[in-house]
Amino acid sequence: MAATTLAKGITSGLRASMEKDPKVVLLGEDIGKLGGVFRVTEGLQKDFGEDRVIDTPLAEAGILGTAIGMALRGYRPVVEIQFDGFVYPAFDHIVSQVAKLRARSLGYVTMPIVIRIPFGGGIGAVEHHSESNEAYFAHTAGLRVVVCSNAHDAHWMIQQAIETDDPVVFYEPKRRYWDKGEVGDVPDGPLGTARVLREGTDVTLLAYGPMVKTCLQAAQAADEEGRSLEVVDLRSLSPLDDEAILGSVEKTGRAVVVHEASTFLGMGAEISALVTERAFYHLEAPVLRVGGYNVPYPPSRLEEEFLPDLDRVLDAVDRSLAY
Amino acid sequence: MSDNDVAPLETAFGVDHHVSRAEVPERPAQDGGPDMVQLLNPEGERVAHPEHDAVVDGLSDEELRGFYRDLVLIRRFDTEATALQRQGELGLWASLLGQEAAQVGSGRALRPQDYAFPTYREHGVAWCRGVDPVNLLGMFRGVNHGGWDPNEKNFHLYTIIIGAQTLHATGYAMGVQRDGNVGTGDEERDTAVIAYFGDGATSQGDVSEALVFAGVNNSPVVFFCQNNQWAISEPNEKQTRAPLWHRARGFGFPGIRVDGNDVLAVYAVTKAALDAARSGQGPTFIEAFTYRMGAHTTSDDPSKYRVSAEVEVWKHRDPIERFRRWLTTTGRADPDFFDAVDGESDELGASVRQRCLSMPDPDGTAMFDHVFAERHPVMERERAEFETYHASFEAAR
Repeated sequence: MAATTLAKGITSGLRASMEKDPKVVLLGEDIGKLGGVFRVTEGLQKDFGEDRVIDTPLAEAGILGTAIGMALRGYRPVVEIQFDGFVYPAFDHIVSQVAKLRARSLGYVTMPIVIRIPFGGGIGAVEHHSESNEAYFAHTAGLRVVVCSNAHDAHWMIQQAIETDDPVVFYEPKRRYWDKGEVGDVPDGPLGTARVLREGTDVTLLAYGPMVKTCLQAAQAADEEGRSLEVVDLRSLSPLDDEAILGSVEKTGRAVVVHEASTFLGMGAEISALVTERAFYHLEAPVLRVGGYNVPYPPSRLEEEFLPDLDRVLDAVDRSLAY
Repeated sequence: MSDNDVAPLETAFGVDHHVSRAEVPERPAQDGGPDMVQLLNPEGERVAHPEHDAVVDGLSDEELRGFYRDLVLIRRFDTEATALQRQGELGLWASLLGQEAAQVGSGRALRPQDYAFPTYREHGVAWCRGVDPVNLLGMFRGVNHGGWDPNEKNFHLYTIIIGAQTLHATGYAMGVQRDGNVGTGDEERDTAVIAYFGDGATSQGDVSEALVFAGVNNSPVVFFCQNNQWAISEPNEKQTRAPLWHRARGFGFPGIRVDGNDVLAVYAVTKAALDAARSGQGPTFIEAFTYRMGAHTTSDDPSKYRVSAEVEVWKHRDPIERFRRWLTTTGRADPDFFDAVDGESDELGASVRQRCLSMPDPDGTAMFDHVFAERHPVMERERAEFETYHASFEAAR
């Protein structure tokens, strides 16, 4: 398949799922004629009709609440939340209902809902349009949380997310929507697995979503200085791929976790605990974190100061190697 | 007119003479007002109603006696559950005392293919759907959070988050539409959904969003609001300035107030709304005007916030007593029938008690069951850790 953008990788994945399973329906604001504000659903309403690509009223709780009802009726709703910071009105339905209904019914009902959230900063947006709120959902039992970082994974992971009978929060790195990549013929492993994108021996960089590209660039720069960095694309935040994480860190002895979200109680904290508890004797240095500061996401003129970049990643690599 | 007064609203759609600034209510009369549909008054006398007489007159004596049996048995079950809570067998109970007619009247208007979305107080609806009443005790005893198959009787799990289920019902109805099960004329296929909620829930954004979604999609859903006058300690006038049934108008579909203590009126009004939904005419908002005779739950103490005189007024409007009188005076039931129902009621109470007491506590590992549908490494690891930890005590013996 020819190179395509990450956004169009999701579009083609959605299309494939809708062709395969007539129970797959899309719900969201402006996803019909407009094709979504990021055009991810472009053309789908025209091809699948208004009954399957549903322009909803502007109400996130309503979208999630009705998606639950449709799932109870046997549909597989794929919900688009327009921007990360708009998901909070739906938070109650996601954590109190979507995540719990299977357990509450002792397994009699399933909630095969996919909640797509374009997330993260770096696009110069106004407030509430640049957040990384994945830790809220990863903290909630009953949800799977995954993040794609490239066109190939976007195409395949959205289909895997739709096929699983569990609810999935599907994060899309909005500043990488227009990055192009090849889409291969088969997915790289099942949902829930990480992927080593670059092998190395000195330090492991653990990242997901928009920071994967940043880490790959950092590894390239480090290579020019004779340092060998391994880059792991986590892809799944809940569950984490323990084996892939531990396997890499046991090899290099050093780990730096990189994400846009604030580090306090972010994914880096969990990964650091995981590595410390289960690979303690392999460690040459403490697990370090590079992330956003613990402040509200700043105005766009400051976001470059807030967001981890190549230099901050390499700075952490230096600190790790200094132990 | 001062600047603060609001003139009748003029909009691009014309002039709405009905909208002006209402008085902020203090304690409104709880008589339901002239618009309330009532077919049986508190004295047990039939009140004529041209729109609904035919449906009620078409009910057989056997069906009518069945309503009475439902009312009595569900009240008996509820009384037993309250007693079980007082004796420490349930952690909590939410009594339906006083709301039996609202629940039985609406529950009996449903067809098998219809789907009900309850709050946590719809024991009477569950009964009408054929859900084993002992299943309702599980969450109050603390052995599960629901624990029945919603699709077996088309009765969803109890929902504690106030108002959330109105959206689930609406989504389910949107699914029914996509299945093509609306307006076909096939009585066994056309399907309606009913969402139960209370007066307090109408303040929740979820309920307004559900009314929006149902309205714009013309979904086959009936919003059945039991206005029992109290949301724990907050009376109606803390929740709404306008009568609740008026709300439907703003969402573009009909609203109606019915005497919630009149099983005949509730049945007739709900049946008409469900029929409209099934035939493709869209949603209806029903306000069943009733009263919560007991506490909000067994943890509540209503003497702190409401006067006994009010409760006395509503005792006079008891849903069972008026129906019994009417069945008697019209010769539809005799003393033998009432004795038989009383006997059945005692048997139900005893069997519910016995089955509640013998309900086993779940095994500790049950908390790991059913969290995910598919294999999940954290569940596997933590379950193993849990088992190893507990086995370590066995080994130490």
